[in-house]
Amino acid sequence: MTYPENFRYTKEHEWVRVEGDLGVIGITNHAQQELGDIVYVDLPKPGTLVEQGKSLGSVESVKAVSDIYSPVSGEVVEVNESLGQSPEKLNQDPHGTAWLVKIRLSVPDQLKSLLSAADYQAYVGAES
Amino acid sequence: MAQPVCLKRTPLHTAYVSLGARMVDFGGWEMPVQYSGIVDEHLTVRRAVGLFDVSHMGEIEVRGPEALRLVDCVTTNAVSKLHVGQAQYSGLLYEHGGFVDDILVHKVADDHFFLCVNASNQEKDFEHICRANQFNAQVEFASDRYSQLAVQGPLALRTLAKLTAVDLASIGYYWFTDGAVSGVPARIARTGYTGEDGFEIYVAPAEALRIWHELLEAGREFGIKPCGLGARNTLRLEAKMALYGHEIHASITPYEADLGWIVKLDKGEFIGRSALARQKEQGVGRKLVGFEMRGRGIGRDGYEVRLDGSPAGWVTSGSPSPSLNRNIGLCYLPASEARPGRRLEVMVRNQPVEAETVATPFYKRAKTA
Repeated sequence: MTYPENFRYTKEHEWVRVEGDLGVIGITNHAQQELGDIVYVDLPKPGTLVEQGKSLGSVESVKAVSDIYSPVSGEVVEVNESLGQSPEKLNQDPHGTAWLVKIRLSVPDQLKSLLSAADYQAYVGAES
Repeated sequence: MAQPVCLKRTPLHTAYVSLGARMVDFGGWEMPVQYSGIVDEHLTVRRAVGLFDVSHMGEIEVRGPEALRLVDCVTTNAVSKLHVGQAQYSGLLYEHGGFVDDILVHKVADDHFFLCVNASNQEKDFEHICRANQFNAQVEFASDRYSQLAVQGPLALRTLAKLTAVDLASIGYYWFTDGAVSGVPARIARTGYTGEDGFEIYVAPAEALRIWHELLEAGREFGIKPCGLGARNTLRLEAKMALYGHEIHASITPYEADLGWIVKLDKGEFIGRSALARQKEQGVGRKLVGFEMRGRGIGRDGYEVRLDGSPAGWVTSGSPSPSLNRNIGLCYLPASEARPGRRLEVMVRNQPVEAETVATPFYKRAKTA
Protein backbone atom coordinates (compact mmCIF):
# COMPACT_ATOMS: atom_id res chain seq x y z
CA MET A 1 0.00 0.00 0.00
CA THR A 2 1.39 3.36 -0.96
CA TYR A 3 0.45 6.50 0.94
CA PRO A 4 -0.97 9.32 -1.22
CA GLU A 5 1.55 12.10 -1.86
CA ASN A 6 -1.08 14.85 -1.52
CA PHE A 7 -2.02 13.86 2.08
CA ARG A 8 -0.30 14.95 5.30
CA TYR A 9 -0.03 12.48 8.17
CA THR A 10 0.24 12.28 11.98
CA LYS A 11 2.21 9.88 14.12
CA GLU A 12 -1.17 8.82 15.56
CA HIS A 13 -2.07 7.51 12.08
CA GLU A 14 -4.55 10.09 10.84
CA TRP A 15 -4.33 11.82 7.46
CA VAL A 16 -5.59 15.14 6.12
CA ARG A 17 -6.18 16.17 2.52
CA VAL A 18 -6.73 19.86 1.70
CA GLU A 19 -9.80 20.70 -0.39
CA GLY A 20 -10.00 24.51 -0.72
CA ASP A 21 -10.30 25.86 2.81
CA LEU A 22 -11.37 22.47 4.12
CA GLY A 23 -9.33 19.58 5.47
CA VAL A 24 -10.69 16.09 4.79
CA ILE A 25 -9.68 13.80 7.69
CA GLY A 26 -9.25 10.04 7.80
CA ILE A 27 -7.24 7.23 9.36
CA THR A 28 -4.38 5.55 7.56
CA ASN A 29 -4.19 2.11 6.06
CA HIS A 30 -1.65 1.24 8.74
CA ALA A 31 -4.19 2.24 11.42
CA GLN A 32 -6.98 0.08 10.00
CA GLN A 33 -4.61 -2.89 9.73
CA GLU A 34 -3.57 -2.50 13.35
CA LEU A 35 -7.18 -2.13 14.50
CA GLY A 36 -8.55 -5.09 12.56
CA ASP A 37 -12.30 -5.50 11.93
CA ILE A 38 -13.88 -2.11 12.67
CA VAL A 39 -17.41 -2.28 14.11
CA TYR A 40 -18.22 1.28 15.26
CA VAL A 41 -17.14 4.78 14.36
CA ASP A 42 -18.07 7.69 16.64
CA LEU A 43 -17.76 11.13 15.05
CA PRO A 44 -18.61 14.68 16.18
CA LYS A 45 -21.66 16.56 14.87
CA PRO A 46 -21.26 19.29 12.24
CA GLY A 47 -20.54 22.58 13.97
CA THR A 48 -18.25 21.04 16.59
CA LEU A 49 -14.99 22.89 17.11
CA VAL A 50 -11.98 20.60 17.27
CA GLU A 51 -8.38 21.27 18.21
CA GLN A 52 -5.24 19.84 16.71
CA GLY A 53 -4.04 16.83 18.70
CA LYS A 54 -7.31 16.51 20.67
CA SER A 55 -9.78 13.67 20.37
CA LEU A 56 -12.11 13.98 17.41
CA GLY A 57 -13.98 10.75 18.01
CA SER A 58 -13.22 7.05 18.19
CA VAL A 59 -13.09 3.89 16.16
CA GLU A 60 -13.91 0.57 17.73
CA SER A 61 -12.71 -2.76 16.39
CA VAL A 62 -13.52 -6.25 17.62
CA LYS A 63 -10.61 -6.07 20.00
CA ALA A 64 -10.43 -2.45 21.22
CA VAL A 65 -11.54 1.20 21.13
CA SER A 66 -9.09 3.83 19.87
CA ASP A 67 -9.29 7.62 19.89
CA ILE A 68 -8.98 9.55 16.68
CA TYR A 69 -6.88 12.69 17.14
CA SER A 70 -7.56 15.66 14.93
CA PRO A 71 -4.57 16.52 12.74
CA VAL A 72 -5.77 20.14 12.48
CA SER A 73 -7.93 22.69 14.32
CA GLY A 74 -11.21 24.01 12.99
CA GLU A 75 -14.95 23.54 12.70
CA VAL A 76 -16.48 20.26 11.58
CA VAL A 77 -18.60 21.07 8.52
CA GLU A 78 -19.43 17.60 7.22
CA VAL A 79 -19.45 14.08 8.63
CA ASN A 80 -19.27 10.86 6.61
CA GLU A 81 -22.63 9.47 7.69
CA SER A 82 -22.22 6.30 5.62
CA LEU A 83 -19.74 4.96 8.18
CA GLY A 84 -22.55 4.62 10.72
CA GLN A 85 -24.15 1.87 8.64
CA SER A 86 -20.95 0.50 7.08
CA PRO A 87 -17.99 0.89 9.47
CA GLU A 88 -16.22 -1.92 7.60
CA LYS A 89 -15.57 0.60 4.78
CA LEU A 90 -12.75 1.87 7.01
CA ASN A 91 -11.01 -1.47 6.55
CA GLN A 92 -11.62 -1.49 2.81
CA ASP A 93 -10.95 2.07 1.66
CA PRO A 94 -9.37 4.13 4.46
CA HIS A 95 -7.77 6.69 2.12
CA GLY A 96 -10.84 7.14 -0.07
CA THR A 97 -14.57 6.69 0.50
CA ALA A 98 -14.08 6.06 4.23
CA TRP A 99 -12.97 9.61 5.08
CA LEU A 100 -14.29 10.67 8.49
CA VAL A 101 -15.01 14.41 8.62
CA LYS A 102 -14.36 17.65 6.78
CA ILE A 103 -13.02 20.51 8.87
CA ARG A 104 -12.86 24.23 8.00
CA LEU A 105 -9.21 24.92 8.76
CA SER A 106 -8.76 27.68 11.35
CA VAL A 107 -4.95 27.49 11.39
CA PRO A 108 -3.81 26.34 7.92
CA ASP A 109 -0.17 26.67 9.00
CA GLN A 110 -0.68 23.57 11.17
CA LEU A 111 -0.39 21.48 8.01
CA LYS A 112 3.33 22.25 7.91
CA SER A 113 3.85 20.43 11.20
CA LEU A 114 2.48 17.17 9.75
CA LEU A 115 4.39 14.34 8.09
CA SER A 116 4.80 13.94 4.34
CA ALA A 117 3.87 10.62 2.71
CA ALA A 118 7.54 9.59 2.57
CA ASP A 119 8.14 10.51 6.21
CA TYR A 120 5.00 8.67 7.32
CA GLN A 121 5.92 5.60 5.28
CA ALA A 122 9.36 5.61 6.92
CA TYR A 123 7.74 6.08 10.34
CA VAL A 124 5.37 3.11 10.08
CA GLY A 125 8.07 1.04 8.44
CA ALA A 126 10.32 1.67 11.43
CA GLU A 127 7.52 1.14 13.92
CA SER A 128 6.58 -2.38 12.86
CA MET B 1 3.85 4.36 23.75
CA ALA B 2 4.90 1.28 25.61
CA GLN B 3 8.45 0.99 26.85
CA PRO B 4 10.54 -1.39 24.79
CA VAL B 5 10.78 -4.60 26.76
CA CYS B 6 12.38 -7.92 26.01
CA LEU B 7 9.46 -10.14 25.07
CA LYS B 8 9.71 -13.92 25.05
CA ARG B 9 9.07 -15.65 21.75
CA THR B 10 7.80 -19.14 20.98
CA PRO B 11 9.57 -21.45 18.50
CA LEU B 12 6.91 -20.45 15.97
CA HIS B 13 7.78 -16.76 15.90
CA THR B 14 9.34 -16.91 12.42
CA ALA B 15 6.28 -18.76 11.11
CA TYR B 16 3.75 -16.19 12.12
CA VAL B 17 5.82 -13.25 11.09
CA SER B 18 6.06 -14.78 7.61
CA LEU B 19 2.26 -15.28 7.66
CA GLY B 20 1.79 -11.54 8.22
CA ALA B 21 0.49 -11.78 11.78
CA ARG B 22 -0.08 -8.65 13.85
CA MET B 23 1.77 -9.07 17.10
CA VAL B 24 0.91 -8.14 20.67
CA ASP B 25 2.55 -8.29 24.10
CA PHE B 26 0.61 -10.96 25.99
CA GLY B 27 1.86 -11.46 29.53
CA GLY B 28 5.46 -10.85 28.50
CA TRP B 29 5.21 -12.93 25.31
CA GLU B 30 5.25 -11.57 21.80
CA MET B 31 2.24 -13.39 20.38
CA PRO B 32 0.13 -13.13 17.22
CA VAL B 33 -3.17 -11.35 17.88
CA GLN B 34 -4.51 -11.87 14.36
CA TYR B 35 -3.60 -13.06 10.88
CA SER B 36 -6.46 -12.70 8.36
CA GLY B 37 -8.67 -10.89 10.90
CA ILE B 38 -10.39 -11.82 14.15
CA VAL B 39 -13.86 -12.33 12.66
CA ASP B 40 -12.57 -14.41 9.75
CA GLU B 41 -10.43 -16.61 12.02
CA HIS B 42 -13.26 -16.96 14.54
CA LEU B 43 -15.78 -18.13 11.92
CA THR B 44 -13.20 -20.48 10.39
CA VAL B 45 -12.89 -22.27 13.75
CA ARG B 46 -16.69 -22.47 14.12
CA ARG B 47 -17.21 -23.81 10.58
CA ALA B 48 -14.01 -25.67 9.69
CA VAL B 49 -10.66 -25.72 11.50
CA GLY B 50 -8.15 -23.25 12.90
CA LEU B 51 -4.60 -23.63 14.21
CA PHE B 52 -3.31 -21.74 17.25
CA ASP B 53 0.18 -21.53 18.68
CA VAL B 54 -0.28 -21.57 22.45
CA SER B 55 3.30 -22.41 23.34
CA HIS B 56 3.36 -19.57 25.84
CA MET B 57 1.20 -21.71 28.15
CA GLY B 58 3.11 -23.23 31.05
CA GLU B 59 3.57 -26.86 32.05
CA ILE B 60 4.30 -28.28 35.48
CA GLU B 61 4.91 -31.99 36.14
CA VAL B 62 4.24 -33.63 39.49
CA ARG B 63 5.61 -37.12 40.04
CA GLY B 64 6.15 -39.70 42.74
CA PRO B 65 4.08 -41.89 45.05
CA GLU B 66 2.65 -38.79 46.73
CA ALA B 67 1.95 -36.86 43.53
CA LEU B 68 -1.81 -37.43 43.85
CA ARG B 69 -1.88 -36.12 47.40
CA LEU B 70 -0.04 -32.94 46.43
CA VAL B 71 -2.17 -32.19 43.36
CA ASP B 72 -5.35 -32.91 45.34
CA CYS B 73 -4.17 -30.57 48.10
CA VAL B 74 -3.54 -27.62 45.76
CA THR B 75 -6.56 -27.95 43.47
CA THR B 76 -10.32 -27.66 43.96
CA ASN B 77 -11.53 -30.53 41.77
CA ALA B 78 -11.41 -34.23 42.78
CA VAL B 79 -8.11 -35.52 41.41
CA SER B 80 -8.80 -38.99 42.82
CA LYS B 81 -11.71 -39.33 40.38
CA LEU B 82 -9.39 -39.04 37.37
CA HIS B 83 -8.48 -42.13 35.39
CA VAL B 84 -5.12 -42.45 33.67
CA GLY B 85 -5.50 -40.58 30.37
CA GLN B 86 -8.13 -38.19 31.66
CA ALA B 87 -7.92 -34.40 32.06
CA GLN B 88 -9.79 -32.10 34.41
CA TYR B 89 -10.38 -28.33 34.62
CA SER B 90 -9.56 -27.08 38.11
CA GLY B 91 -8.71 -24.15 40.32
CA LEU B 92 -5.49 -23.40 42.17
CA LEU B 93 -6.53 -21.26 45.14
CA TYR B 94 -5.15 -19.18 47.97
CA GLU B 95 -6.26 -19.97 51.53
CA HIS B 96 -8.77 -17.10 51.30
CA GLY B 97 -10.45 -18.79 48.32
CA GLY B 98 -9.25 -16.47 45.53
CA PHE B 99 -7.64 -17.85 42.37
CA VAL B 100 -3.91 -18.33 41.98
CA ASP B 101 -4.75 -19.70 38.53
CA ASP B 102 -7.15 -21.92 36.60
CA ILE B 103 -5.46 -25.01 35.23
CA LEU B 104 -5.86 -28.34 33.46
CA VAL B 105 -4.79 -31.44 35.40
CA HIS B 106 -3.85 -34.46 33.25
CA LYS B 107 -3.35 -37.86 34.91
CA VAL B 108 -0.48 -39.45 32.99
CA ALA B 109 0.03 -42.35 35.45
CA ASP B 110 -0.96 -43.12 39.03
CA ASP B 111 2.22 -41.36 40.14
CA HIS B 112 2.46 -38.68 37.43
CA PHE B 113 0.33 -35.59 36.81
CA PHE B 114 0.82 -33.03 34.04
CA LEU B 115 -0.52 -29.54 34.69
CA CYS B 116 -1.17 -27.00 31.96
CA VAL B 117 -1.20 -23.48 33.43
CA ASN B 118 -1.53 -19.88 32.21
CA ALA B 119 1.58 -18.27 30.73
CA SER B 120 1.68 -15.23 32.96
CA ASN B 121 1.04 -17.29 36.11
CA GLN B 122 3.47 -20.15 35.60
CA GLU B 123 6.26 -19.06 37.95
CA LYS B 124 3.75 -18.06 40.62
CA ASP B 125 1.92 -21.41 40.25
CA PHE B 126 5.16 -23.37 40.51
CA GLU B 127 6.16 -21.57 43.71
CA HIS B 128 2.67 -22.01 45.14
CA ILE B 129 2.72 -25.76 44.50
CA CYS B 130 6.28 -26.14 45.84
CA ARG B 131 5.31 -24.32 49.05
CA ALA B 132 2.42 -26.73 49.55
CA ASN B 133 4.63 -29.75 48.90
CA GLN B 134 4.83 -31.28 52.35
CA PHE B 135 4.39 -34.68 50.69
CA ASN B 136 7.80 -35.25 49.15
CA ALA B 137 6.39 -35.26 45.60
CA GLN B 138 8.70 -34.17 42.78
CA VAL B 139 7.55 -30.90 41.20
CA GLU B 140 9.17 -29.88 37.93
CA PHE B 141 8.83 -26.58 36.06
CA ALA B 142 8.59 -28.11 32.58
CA SER B 143 7.51 -25.21 30.34
CA ASP B 144 10.81 -25.22 28.45
CA ARG B 145 10.26 -28.83 27.39
CA TYR B 146 6.90 -28.27 25.66
CA SER B 147 5.40 -26.30 22.85
CA GLN B 148 1.63 -26.43 22.51
CA LEU B 149 -0.46 -26.27 19.35
CA ALA B 150 -4.26 -26.17 19.39
CA VAL B 151 -6.17 -27.55 16.41
CA GLN B 152 -9.77 -26.47 16.88
CA GLY B 153 -13.01 -26.78 14.95
CA PRO B 154 -15.37 -29.40 13.52
CA LEU B 155 -12.69 -30.52 11.04
CA ALA B 156 -9.85 -30.63 13.58
CA LEU B 157 -10.04 -34.40 13.90
CA ARG B 158 -9.79 -35.01 10.16
CA THR B 159 -6.87 -32.58 9.95
CA LEU B 160 -4.85 -34.08 12.78
CA ALA B 161 -5.70 -37.66 11.70
CA LYS B 162 -3.51 -37.17 8.63
CA LEU B 163 -0.44 -36.75 10.84
CA THR B 164 -0.96 -39.49 13.43
CA ALA B 165 -1.77 -43.18 13.71
CA VAL B 166 -3.59 -42.57 16.99
CA ASP B 167 -7.32 -43.33 16.78
CA LEU B 168 -8.42 -39.78 17.55
CA ALA B 169 -12.14 -40.61 17.50
CA SER B 170 -11.61 -42.92 20.47
CA ILE B 171 -10.25 -40.07 22.61
CA GLY B 172 -13.18 -38.69 24.60
CA TYR B 173 -13.71 -35.03 25.43
CA TYR B 174 -11.24 -34.14 28.20
CA TRP B 175 -9.22 -37.32 27.67
CA PHE B 176 -5.72 -37.52 26.19
CA THR B 177 -3.21 -40.04 24.93
CA ASP B 178 0.52 -40.11 24.37
CA GLY B 179 1.37 -41.01 20.77
CA ALA B 180 3.18 -39.59 17.78
CA VAL B 181 2.37 -36.65 15.55
CA SER B 182 4.49 -36.25 12.40
CA GLY B 183 6.68 -39.05 13.69
CA VAL B 184 7.65 -37.48 17.00
CA PRO B 185 6.32 -38.02 20.52
CA ALA B 186 3.28 -35.92 21.34
CA ARG B 187 0.68 -35.65 24.06
CA ILE B 188 -2.66 -35.37 22.27
CA ALA B 189 -5.52 -34.03 24.41
CA ARG B 190 -9.11 -33.56 23.28
CA THR B 191 -9.37 -30.22 25.03
CA GLY B 192 -9.63 -26.62 23.93
CA TYR B 193 -10.54 -23.04 24.68
CA THR B 194 -12.92 -22.33 21.82
CA GLY B 195 -16.17 -24.17 22.52
CA GLU B 196 -15.54 -26.40 19.49
CA ASP B 197 -14.29 -29.94 19.16
CA GLY B 198 -10.53 -30.05 18.84
CA PHE B 199 -7.17 -31.10 20.16
CA GLU B 200 -4.32 -29.56 22.10
CA ILE B 201 -0.98 -31.11 21.22
CA TYR B 202 2.12 -30.91 23.41
CA VAL B 203 5.42 -31.49 21.61
CA ALA B 204 9.13 -30.79 22.03
CA PRO B 205 9.86 -27.14 21.07
CA ALA B 206 12.42 -28.25 18.47
CA GLU B 207 9.63 -30.02 16.54
CA ALA B 208 6.95 -27.35 16.84
CA LEU B 209 7.72 -25.33 13.73
CA ARG B 210 7.74 -28.40 11.46
CA ILE B 211 4.48 -29.73 12.94
CA TRP B 212 2.88 -26.28 12.60
CA HIS B 213 3.62 -26.29 8.88
CA GLU B 214 2.50 -29.90 8.47
CA LEU B 215 -0.79 -29.17 10.22
CA LEU B 216 -1.43 -26.18 7.94
CA GLU B 217 -0.69 -28.40 4.96
CA ALA B 218 -2.87 -31.26 6.28
CA GLY B 219 -5.77 -28.88 6.87
CA ARG B 220 -5.46 -27.03 3.59
CA GLU B 221 -8.23 -29.08 1.92
CA PHE B 222 -10.51 -28.18 4.83
CA GLY B 223 -9.75 -24.47 4.66
CA ILE B 224 -7.57 -24.34 7.79
CA LYS B 225 -6.32 -20.92 8.86
CA PRO B 226 -3.73 -19.85 11.42
CA CYS B 227 -5.51 -18.06 14.27
CA GLY B 228 -4.32 -15.55 16.84
CA LEU B 229 -5.13 -14.64 20.40
CA GLY B 230 -7.85 -12.23 19.24
CA ALA B 231 -10.02 -15.04 17.87
CA ARG B 232 -9.09 -17.26 20.80
CA ASN B 233 -10.57 -14.59 23.07
CA THR B 234 -13.84 -14.12 21.15
CA LEU B 235 -14.26 -17.91 20.84
CA ARG B 236 -13.73 -18.57 24.53
CA LEU B 237 -16.01 -15.67 25.48
CA GLU B 238 -18.89 -17.05 23.40
CA ALA B 239 -18.36 -20.40 25.16
CA LYS B 240 -18.19 -18.55 28.51
CA MET B 241 -14.79 -19.93 29.43
CA ALA B 242 -12.98 -17.86 32.07
CA LEU B 243 -9.82 -15.87 31.35
CA TYR B 244 -7.43 -15.27 34.22
CA GLY B 245 -7.08 -11.57 34.99
CA HIS B 246 -10.62 -10.94 33.74
CA GLU B 247 -13.34 -13.26 35.10
CA ILE B 248 -11.03 -14.72 37.76
CA HIS B 249 -8.13 -13.43 39.83
CA ALA B 250 -6.84 -13.40 43.40
CA SER B 251 -9.95 -11.63 44.76
CA ILE B 252 -12.51 -13.86 43.04
CA THR B 253 -13.62 -17.30 44.26
CA PRO B 254 -14.92 -20.17 42.08
CA TYR B 255 -18.45 -19.72 43.45
CA GLU B 256 -18.48 -16.06 42.46
CA ALA B 257 -17.15 -16.95 39.00
CA ASP B 258 -20.00 -19.45 38.49
CA LEU B 259 -17.42 -22.25 38.64
CA GLY B 260 -18.88 -24.12 41.61
CA TRP B 261 -18.74 -27.31 39.54
CA ILE B 262 -14.93 -27.43 39.86
CA VAL B 263 -15.14 -27.29 43.67
CA LYS B 264 -15.50 -30.65 45.46
CA LEU B 265 -15.83 -29.72 49.13
CA ASP B 266 -16.40 -33.37 50.08
CA LYS B 267 -13.07 -34.58 48.69
CA GLY B 268 -11.16 -33.71 51.87
CA GLU B 269 -8.78 -30.92 52.81
CA PHE B 270 -7.35 -28.61 50.13
CA ILE B 271 -6.00 -25.07 50.08
CA GLY B 272 -8.93 -22.66 50.13
CA ARG B 273 -11.48 -25.24 51.27
CA SER B 274 -12.47 -23.63 54.57
CA ALA B 275 -13.01 -20.23 52.92
CA LEU B 276 -15.13 -21.84 50.20
CA ALA B 277 -17.14 -23.89 52.70
CA ARG B 278 -17.93 -20.71 54.62
CA GLN B 279 -18.90 -18.86 51.44
CA LYS B 280 -21.10 -21.71 50.31
CA GLU B 281 -22.94 -21.64 53.63
CA GLN B 282 -23.34 -17.86 53.69
CA GLY B 283 -23.93 -17.44 49.98
CA VAL B 284 -21.95 -15.28 47.56
CA GLY B 285 -22.36 -11.52 47.44
CA ARG B 286 -21.60 -11.15 43.74
CA LYS B 287 -21.81 -13.42 40.78
CA LEU B 288 -20.60 -13.59 37.19
CA VAL B 289 -23.39 -13.29 34.64
CA GLY B 290 -23.61 -12.90 30.86
CA PHE B 291 -25.13 -9.86 29.17
CA GLU B 292 -26.02 -8.61 25.72
CA MET B 293 -25.92 -4.97 24.71
CA ARG B 294 -29.32 -3.62 23.69
CA GLY B 295 -28.10 -0.11 22.87
CA ARG B 296 -25.28 0.85 20.55
CA GLY B 297 -21.89 0.09 22.05
CA ILE B 298 -19.66 -2.62 23.42
CA GLY B 299 -19.22 -3.18 27.15
CA ARG B 300 -15.53 -3.87 27.63
CA ASP B 301 -13.28 -5.11 30.41
CA GLY B 302 -13.39 -2.76 33.39
CA TYR B 303 -16.45 -0.75 32.35
CA GLU B 304 -18.87 0.07 35.17
CA VAL B 305 -22.25 -1.66 35.27
CA ARG B 306 -25.29 0.11 36.74
CA LEU B 307 -28.62 -1.21 37.95
CA ASP B 308 -31.47 1.31 38.05
CA GLY B 309 -28.92 4.11 37.73
CA SER B 310 -26.60 3.05 40.56
CA PRO B 311 -23.15 1.46 40.26
CA ALA B 312 -23.56 -2.29 40.81
CA GLY B 313 -20.66 -4.14 39.20
CA TRP B 314 -18.13 -4.25 36.40
CA VAL B 315 -17.56 -5.87 33.02
CA THR B 316 -14.86 -8.59 32.93
CA SER B 317 -14.88 -9.26 29.17
CA GLY B 318 -16.88 -7.86 26.29
CA SER B 319 -16.77 -8.06 22.52
CA PRO B 320 -18.81 -8.27 19.38
CA SER B 321 -19.79 -11.94 18.99
CA PRO B 322 -18.87 -12.99 15.45
CA SER B 323 -21.10 -16.09 15.64
CA LEU B 324 -24.18 -14.31 16.95
CA ASN B 325 -23.74 -10.84 15.48
CA ARG B 326 -24.52 -9.29 18.84
CA ASN B 327 -22.37 -7.48 21.40
CA ILE B 328 -21.90 -9.79 24.36
CA GLY B 329 -20.03 -9.73 27.64
CA LEU B 330 -19.62 -11.03 31.15
CA CYS B 331 -19.95 -8.93 34.29
CA TYR B 332 -20.13 -9.16 38.06
CA LEU B 333 -23.44 -8.18 39.64
CA PRO B 334 -24.91 -8.55 43.14
CA ALA B 335 -25.86 -12.25 43.33
CA SER B 336 -29.53 -11.43 43.91
CA GLU B 337 -29.64 -9.64 40.53
CA ALA B 338 -27.54 -12.11 38.53
CA ARG B 339 -30.38 -13.80 36.67
CA PRO B 340 -31.28 -13.67 32.98
CA GLY B 341 -33.61 -10.88 31.86
CA ARG B 342 -32.37 -8.13 34.21
CA ARG B 343 -32.04 -4.75 32.49
CA LEU B 344 -28.79 -2.96 33.21
CA GLU B 345 -26.65 -0.15 31.91
CA VAL B 346 -23.02 -0.35 30.91
CA MET B 347 -21.07 2.89 31.11
CA VAL B 348 -19.44 3.11 27.68
CA ARG B 349 -17.05 6.07 27.73
CA ASN B 350 -19.18 7.92 30.32
CA GLN B 351 -22.47 7.22 28.53
CA PRO B 352 -24.97 4.69 29.92
CA VAL B 353 -25.87 2.11 27.27
CA GLU B 354 -28.76 -0.33 27.71
CA ALA B 355 -27.98 -4.02 28.15
CA GLU B 356 -29.69 -7.11 29.53
CA THR B 357 -28.47 -10.20 31.35
CA VAL B 358 -28.82 -13.44 29.38
CA ALA B 359 -28.35 -17.17 29.90
CA THR B 360 -24.90 -18.55 29.08
CA PRO B 361 -22.99 -19.95 27.30
CA PHE B 362 -23.73 -17.54 24.47
CA TYR B 363 -22.75 -20.21 21.97
CA LYS B 364 -23.02 -23.97 22.24
CA ARG B 365 -21.94 -26.25 19.45
CA ALA B 366 -24.39 -28.75 18.03
CA LYS B 367 -23.58 -32.26 19.26
CA THR B 368 -22.51 -34.50 16.42
CA ALA B 369 -23.66 -38.09 16.30
